Amino acid sequence: MDRPLRLISSNPVDRLARTIEALLVVASQPLSLEELAAAADDDTERVETALGLIGDRYREGRSGIVLEHVAGGWAFRAATEAAEACGRLFERPIERGLSPAALETLAIVAYLGPCTRPDIARLRGVAADGVVASLLERGLLAEAGRDDEGGAVRYRVTPLFERVFGLESLSALPRLDDLGEDAEDLRERLEAVAAQRPA
Amino acid sequence: MVVRELELDLDAFEGPFDLLLTLVLKQELEPAEVDVATIVLAFLERLAERDELDLDACGEFLVLVAALLELKARGLFEFDDETLDELDPEEAAEELARRLAEYRRIRAAAAWLSERLEEESGRYFRLGPAPLAPRTARRVAPQDPALFADALRRLAAEPPSVSLAHMALRFPPVAEFLGRFRALLARRRRFDFDTEVQGLSRAEAAVAFLALLELRKSGEIELDQASPFAPIRVARPERPEEEEKEWIARSA
Repeated sequence: MDRPLRLISSNPVDRLARTIEALLVVASQPLSLEELAAAADDDTERVETALGLIGDRYREGRSGIVLEHVAGGWAFRAATEAAEACGRLFERPIERGLSPAALETLAIVAYLGPCTRPDIARLRGVAADGVVASLLERGLLAEAGRDDEGGAVRYRVTPLFERVFGLESLSALPRLDDLGEDAEDLRERLEAVAAQRPA
Repeated sequence: MVVRELELDLDAFEGPFDLLLTLVLKQELEPAEVDVATIVLAFLERLAERDELDLDACGEFLVLVAALLELKARGLFEFDDETLDELDPEEAAEELARRLAEYRRIRAAAAWLSERLEEESGRYFRLGPAPLAPRTARRVAPQDPALFADALRRLAAEPPSVSLAHMALRFPPVAEFLGRFRALLARRRRFDFDTEVQGLSRAEAAVAFLALLELRKSGEIELDQASPFAPIRVARPERPEEEEKEWIARSA
């Protein structure tokens, strides 16, 4: 007769945790709490408890697989201590060679998106066509409808962007107002530079 | 120092400054693609290599770069031109500072992303090709069996038969008109088609016209119409007898 192994408890939450582990292993993208609950046919609160159990089991230093909350969902990734070995096995084509222009474009779309190519060009001061095309190809940007006025295509960042940058969601980005200097500071600096210059 | 020969190495262009300007003026290079800041840096580096300040070169460079900047700005701010023109210098300076500040924040955000990417470089995860979408079961609201039975009963009832009377188009045979026109031509040398079909239905007139075409094809009649929609004149050709006479004459 098949008997459960002694280490595996028959506690219902434990059983749910095993189901969720299985779902996360077969999924190709992070699964939200609701998606997990629907697939496991259980309620979200219990799924959350089960995720707590799994998170404890799969964490850095304890397992080669780590559970993470990323891109609005839950997913498994490799532990960082295995990064070198993973690097020998895989390339990282998505984020390899992201130029400063690409990062600026991503920042604009992540903070101000959905926005159009002309919006991006206006902020960066150079045409954005090539950069946007390459980011679309890498799957970091996606189309998000058309502009009401001009009919230009609007873009948004994808869940893959959040995953690559390890963000739980876009709200994990630092506030834009806290970055850079504000207009007043900049003006004072411009004036200071002008004053220092010999007549 | 010759400003026009300043060697540039930009994303969009590589070569001397004057060639860049020529390409922009000939509209073979989009000014929006040109990173002006890099050009200025290249010039400043070249300037720093020399001990003395070459004022002529600086002046020339300023004029050229200002022209390039204006072209680029016009290209990038097509829609804002009028509003910018309306601003007084103080407001324009404010606007410039505001835009620069906005861009600085974006650059800072890009720098933050870059650092984040560096920090997260040890994260490896699986990327599958097919996105999975666990479907939530659609729950149907409780239904009344009586309503279902009623719907079935209505479906099972014999539908009323639809009358097709309006679709019946009775066409008289073409032969009827063939005979009629032949008889007419035996009596008269020519007649007016429109007069003959007057008072007939559209379908009958159409069949009469088919008969006319049939007779024309076999060479029994000649048709003549002065202009589109003018009355069609039908005539019996005189040929058979005349031709016969000609043939006789020639063979004689």
